[in-house]
Amino acid sequence: MNEPAAVTEAAPDVEMDEWLRVNPLSMMVQMARTMVQAVIPAIAVLYGAASSDDYGAGAFAPYLVPILGAIIGFNLLGAWLGWVRLRYRVGENDVRLEQGIISRSARSVPYERIQDVSLEQKLVPRLLGLVEVKFETGAGGKEELKLAYVSEAEGEKLRETVRALVEGDTLAPAASGIAAPTTQAAAEPAGRTLFAMDTARLFTFGLFNFSLVVFAVLLGALQQLEFLLPFDAWDYIADIFRDDRIADAGALVKGYSTAAQILAILYAVGAVVVVGMASGVVRTFVRDWDFRLERTPKGFRRRRGLLTKTDVVMPVHRVQALTIKTGWLRRRFGWHGLSFISLAQDSGGANHDVAPFAKMAEIAPIANEAGFTLPDESADWRRASADYYFDRALFQAFIPVVAGLVLGLQGFAIPAALLFGLAAFLAFGEYYRWRFVRHALDPKQVLSRRGWLAPGYKIASRVKLHSVEIAQHPLARWRGYCTLRFGLAGGALAFEGLSLQDAREMRGAVLDSIAAVDFAKLPR
Amino acid sequence: MDTEPLSKLDPAYTTVMRIEGTLTVLPFLIGALVLGLAEALPTPFTWAPMIVPVLIALVMVILIPLKRYRSRGFHMSDDRLRVVKGVMFHADTVVPFSRVQHLDVEQGPLERIFGIARLILHTAGTHNSSVTLPGLPHADAVAMREEIRAHVKRESL
Repeated sequence: MNEPAAVTEAAPDVEMDEWLRVNPLSMMVQMARTMVQAVIPAIAVLYGAASSDDYGAGAFAPYLVPILGAIIGFNLLGAWLGWVRLRYRVGENDVRLEQGIISRSARSVPYERIQDVSLEQKLVPRLLGLVEVKFETGAGGKEELKLAYVSEAEGEKLRETVRALVEGDTLAPAASGIAAPTTQAAAEPAGRTLFAMDTARLFTFGLFNFSLVVFAVLLGALQQLEFLLPFDAWDYIADIFRDDRIADAGALVKGYSTAAQILAILYAVGAVVVVGMASGVVRTFVRDWDFRLERTPKGFRRRRGLLTKTDVVMPVHRVQALTIKTGWLRRRFGWHGLSFISLAQDSGGANHDVAPFAKMAEIAPIANEAGFTLPDESADWRRASADYYFDRALFQAFIPVVAGLVLGLQGFAIPAALLFGLAAFLAFGEYYRWRFVRHALDPKQVLSRRGWLAPGYKIASRVKLHSVEIAQHPLARWRGYCTLRFGLAGGALAFEGLSLQDAREMRGAVLDSIAAVDFAKLPR
Repeated sequence: MDTEPLSKLDPAYTTVMRIEGTLTVLPFLIGALVLGLAEALPTPFTWAPMIVPVLIALVMVILIPLKRYRSRGFHMSDDRLRVVKGVMFHADTVVPFSRVQHLDVEQGPLERIFGIARLILHTAGTHNSSVTLPGLPHADAVAMREEIRAHVKRESL
């Protein structure tokens, strides 16, 4: 994978119209996976058997080896049968996959529906030099066609062949014969690097990816693996309360001076922050290690990952819209993240991260490469109706104000004041949104700016929208505003609280540019 | 473009909605009737269980179909279809023919008896991936489908 050019030269041609099997080594991966899944239950069973009664362990011991042997044997048989019964074919019009040991399933994906071919390497396949090839159709989720696993060279080759066939299908219908030689010539040409993240950048990114998920994982592990501990964890925690140890701890803290108490609190908070940042850094390193975005003649190519390596190529014309996101804190330092909205899926999400942590100056050239221009202040930014935000502020503040009044009348001054503060905060948030949430229409794009503490942009190409809807609920009809929704492939684009006239103007303008270009004639 | 007069649906659509409403309420009416006949409640209230289902029946059979029929409409121009609907929650959707992926004309058993059909336009957008226009005379729905299909074919050639 590191030297794709060298690898592809050595690779054999992908055989067309032949039924092929995946790499035999995938059996090893399959076995490794089932074994790992079986390890914890096996330990539990053995542990239980050994500690249940006196002769239990003795009676069990002679059968230990045969039982383990049988488990391994069944796994081997299952993996082998699965391998034998799975075959794929790269045909003239489609890719086919047949699988299933007893009940068979046959899936066929026509070339013109393939959005993208991506390669993924998890840890074990990577050690064995295997890749998983995914044919993305935009159907999303589990319905796409996956080949697990073929050798790295074969995967690379398969991707090139299928991509050439897909392109050939849209450019020249009967070019499948010509496609093969062009594939040879264009096999993974060295792309121009658009964006890459070095270790220092990744580290900074990780610091902003503060996450406390590690505590949840620890608690979960405690629950699952409790039987391995030499003492009962829950009893231990219960003891802390029952035996007044918690009171002892309280008394101990109370005994400290004020300065020491503050120090203790700071220490606790600091520990949580350090753990959160450390886990953020680790997660970021694992996911985004060696992040590279390149512009190849075929589109955007993105590679990343430390343990699971992924290699995704997305054709430029499949980009439906851009989103630019940021966080409330990282925004202060000028960090933003760019992703593409397309029909294909990216590890579960609909958006493809192309520059997850970058300065605006780095994002602009990537957006231009995809055919979009970033908005500036000169765009015709418009605001939603003030009535809409007023109504929202009223709704949001209503419950806290009522609760505050009730509590206040019963003499709970502090909670009442807190609730009034919350109401004011929520209402102020709506005012702030009114000031900063905007939308605009330029000759080629629909622009949207959302968010309060972390404003994000969404930029969609006008001709790539599919329908326009103006929706009103009863209150909106009474107050004279509406929601404008666009049909965007692979994402959502809606403007809430627009004045009816503004919405109608935008709808008319966008519809005229949509109707002028036929879907089949969109740049593909 | 938003001022153009909307075409009304086939009045038979109201009748179909009324029959559907009746079928939905019928089990509750029968239940209430059985309670009344069995005299489950003391004398002055014997027929009290009937009140709620009868009110619901009036709303579902008389009021809602009429309002729904009045609120719905469509307008077909030479390159787009506009569908308006919603009694409480108003929606006004426009689909340009050049974005239609495929078309369906569907008929349920009741709709077949009254000779009406639903025209369904599918687009590639995530939102509004299918736009349904019910209550068209079957012949009209087929004619509209043919026209939109001809448009799609002409554009993409």
